[in-house]
Amino acid sequence: MARFVLKTNINGEEREFLADERDSLLDALRERAGLMGAKEGCNNGNCGACAVVLDGRLVNSCCVMAAEVDNSEITTIEGLAEPDSLHPLQETFLENAALQCGICTPGFLMSAKALLDSNPNPTEHEIRWWLAGNLCRCTGYDKIIRAVQDAAERINS
Amino acid sequence: MTTVERPLTVIGTNPVRPDGVEKVIGSAIYGADVRLQDMLHGRVKRSPYGHAIIKRIDASKALALPGVSAVITFEDFPAPTDPVMQTIRGPMPALWDVERLMARRKVLFKGQPVAAVCATDPHLAEDALELIEVDYEVLPAVVSLDDALAPDAPILHDDGLDGLIDDLFQPIDGKPSNVARTIEMGFGDLEEGFTSSDIVIERVYETGMSHQGYIEPHNGTAVWNKDGKLTIWTSTQGAFGHRQNIARILDIPLGHVRVIPTEIGGGFGAKNVVYLEPLAALLAKKGGKPVQITMNRAEVLEATGPTSGARTFIKLGAKRDGTLVAADIRLEYMAGAYPGSPVAGGARCALGPYLVPHQRIIGLDVVLNRPKVAAYRAPGAPASAFAVEAVLDELAELLSIDPMELREKNAVVEGDPRSDGATHGSVGTREVIAATVAHPHYRSEISEPDVGRGVAMGFWQNGGGESSAYANVHADGTVTLVTGSVDIGGQRAALAMQFAETMGIPYENVNSLVGDTDTIGFTGNTGGSRTTFATGWAAYQAALDIRAQLEQRVASLWEVEPDQVNYDPTDASIHGPDDQLMSFVEAASRLPGSGGNIQGRANVVSTSVGKIGACFGAHIVDVHVDRDTGKVSILRYTALQDVGRAIHPAYVEGQIQGGAVQGIGMALNEDYIYNSDGSMANASFLDYRMPVTNDVPMIDTVLVEVPNPGHPYGVRGVGEVPIVPPLGAIANAIYDAVGVRITELPATPSLILDELETSSS
Repeated sequence: MARFVLKTNINGEEREFLADERDSLLDALRERAGLMGAKEGCNNGNCGACAVVLDGRLVNSCCVMAAEVDNSEITTIEGLAEPDSLHPLQETFLENAALQCGICTPGFLMSAKALLDSNPNPTEHEIRWWLAGNLCRCTGYDKIIRAVQDAAERINS
Repeated sequence: MTTVERPLTVIGTNPVRPDGVEKVIGSAIYGADVRLQDMLHGRVKRSPYGHAIIKRIDASKALALPGVSAVITFEDFPAPTDPVMQTIRGPMPALWDVERLMARRKVLFKGQPVAAVCATDPHLAEDALELIEVDYEVLPAVVSLDDALAPDAPILHDDGLDGLIDDLFQPIDGKPSNVARTIEMGFGDLEEGFTSSDIVIERVYETGMSHQGYIEPHNGTAVWNKDGKLTIWTSTQGAFGHRQNIARILDIPLGHVRVIPTEIGGGFGAKNVVYLEPLAALLAKKGGKPVQITMNRAEVLEATGPTSGARTFIKLGAKRDGTLVAADIRLEYMAGAYPGSPVAGGARCALGPYLVPHQRIIGLDVVLNRPKVAAYRAPGAPASAFAVEAVLDELAELLSIDPMELREKNAVVEGDPRSDGATHGSVGTREVIAATVAHPHYRSEISEPDVGRGVAMGFWQNGGGESSAYANVHADGTVTLVTGSVDIGGQRAALAMQFAETMGIPYENVNSLVGDTDTIGFTGNTGGSRTTFATGWAAYQAALDIRAQLEQRVASLWEVEPDQVNYDPTDASIHGPDDQLMSFVEAASRLPGSGGNIQGRANVVSTSVGKIGACFGAHIVDVHVDRDTGKVSILRYTALQDVGRAIHPAYVEGQIQGGAVQGIGMALNEDYIYNSDGSMANASFLDYRMPVTNDVPMIDTVLVEVPNPGHPYGVRGVGEVPIVPPLGAIANAIYDAVGVRITELPATPSLILDELETSSS
């Protein structure tokens, strides 16, 4: 149970807290930093429910050790919306009924944001291949894909 | 019951759900997100063997580890007060349900709990697990139906408790067996039926064991109050069902258990079952602090949920014109380690959409060293329906009849008998068939090589049962609606919409909440496609109650007789004599000071078969089969379904799309792969391969609306049917593409390659 001080910038805020040397980034976010938006679905990188952006790169936070992220910048689902408005992806997920139980939604939103940041006009094929690391068991993906298409259109308009 | 006929303004629209924003910003509280002061973290020590006798458990080293608070084993569970428990799949020795949670003298599946521990930190709890020593005497594992049904098979349940229940584990040929129960249903005269048939087809089909695959693992958080009462937070499909099971297993009064349902990350049937909550409660008692236990993914796959792997023997007789005459079906369903497969559901739904005048369906509930199965979306139906739909496809080809025409010819109508002896009420079978045949997908040409099309139908019936609701009118004209139904995919919206429609007020003015076991009356679980139907009915009744109370109140304000006053939902106003009128909003504002708050309440019981909506679907699928790799790709998919009336059409579509893709998983990828020692070879999401985004196309849906006359808004349960047709539709499409009849699912690439090789040699 060796603890260390983890210094990071999470969602634009400088944070300093104790983490355990065995913590994954997901553990550290949830158990030490109190940010419960990233979800554990598999703890081995297969489901994408814990996706966050780490120094500009989309990662499964369960597959990154907390000790690796010292002095990093992390964006989690809690940092996706603006103070007074939802991100267009959040709006289009709601409007398209792209969530049922909602447990995979934070991961899908973070992954989709990373896609649109790098490719503002993805085809359906590109969306489906980019999001293939995120599992959803409720929706059959149809409405998720449409929500991402709608968000792209909204951002570009 | 008369269906509400006036023009509907809320029902049929697609508003955003009340819990939507929380779920897209990451603040919704799911089971594993619950945090209590001083909370300890629990972990479960599980059997590495599929079948073994426990010789010794020694937790002393674990308990010596600093930070470890408590360890529990079977010895910590109270003896059941009533030795027999009732389940929806028949009575069972109560002790077996405790063993399922914590093994007694034998382990019967890999992953079965043998001990549990709690510690101040999750990593410490993991360390402690390693320090708990368990010695086993390993027994031969029974992992397949053939293993289990062999005359000399190792017998799983040899403790004599089955003797408590007359029909459980009857000897076969004088010897103990692994067949827990045999059921039979049907009618007519089989011999006469087959004698008068022109064509008889006889086949055997198999389907794999598949998991519900919700992304949120099971969890449970327990705290004991100083007065001896227990509070549980958990992701459950039914707080009341959980309360009853927790109270029984812990042998404490029902009223001493409060179950607070958190947001739930998927269930599909398996979160009707308690796994961790009683363990968390016992650890919390021993450790003196709140305890939370969560599962990891391997635990979920190995030790919870799946649905039965199954084998179906079918003999189907028909006239030359396609009229079905006789069906003899034998279902062998894996129950897992304890009795309780959904074989009765399989039997009821096998021939569900069709009238076969002479039929017999026999079902075997077979135990083996796999996790005890749990309900999974239309429990039991996909496997048996696959067999029937595949045989129908062969029959259509033999008789040169269009496959949907064959189905139309034999479709059930109102008044027809069902396999289980009930009689069909209003059904939309023919409307669904007509919509399917008329659909552009069904009529489109296929010209590419190795591409084929298949169709199949499915039947399920939504559940009824008890639901409670109450609603408080606030002085500003908004209303809080509280129901006992866990919201697993938008039900808060669908219930608020039925309430708002009945009141004639905007959906946005209804704040829709889920109660817990101490704050709302008994409500059945969110399962069996019952919630929008039965709890929606309760929401409707609660609104009617408010309307009646408002009429009384406004009558007294106007100083007229109540029968001179009428609440009209079309303008959300109370009308009285001499054209007096008061809007709902104004009436609400006048409640304080005129007699106080108005609370509407309702408890509905909807159980009779005629009232409960039968639901039918038909799916059309185009597949491409890669002859080099054996990979089957879904090119186009259309799902048509009688939904009664769609309250929130987008959520109804979502149910259909999600169910269809789960069925696609059953058809093409998903299976429990077992090693001969009883361990699962693919206990991760990488190896237990559920469909991902690039495995499927858009799933087109057609909502056929044949209102259910047994519901005020015509609702039929919609969630379960869509998982039934995909297996048959895809198998039939594979045949159309490459000419091989698939009799075993999932149709993995290796299976397809084997079949292609066999057919060409």
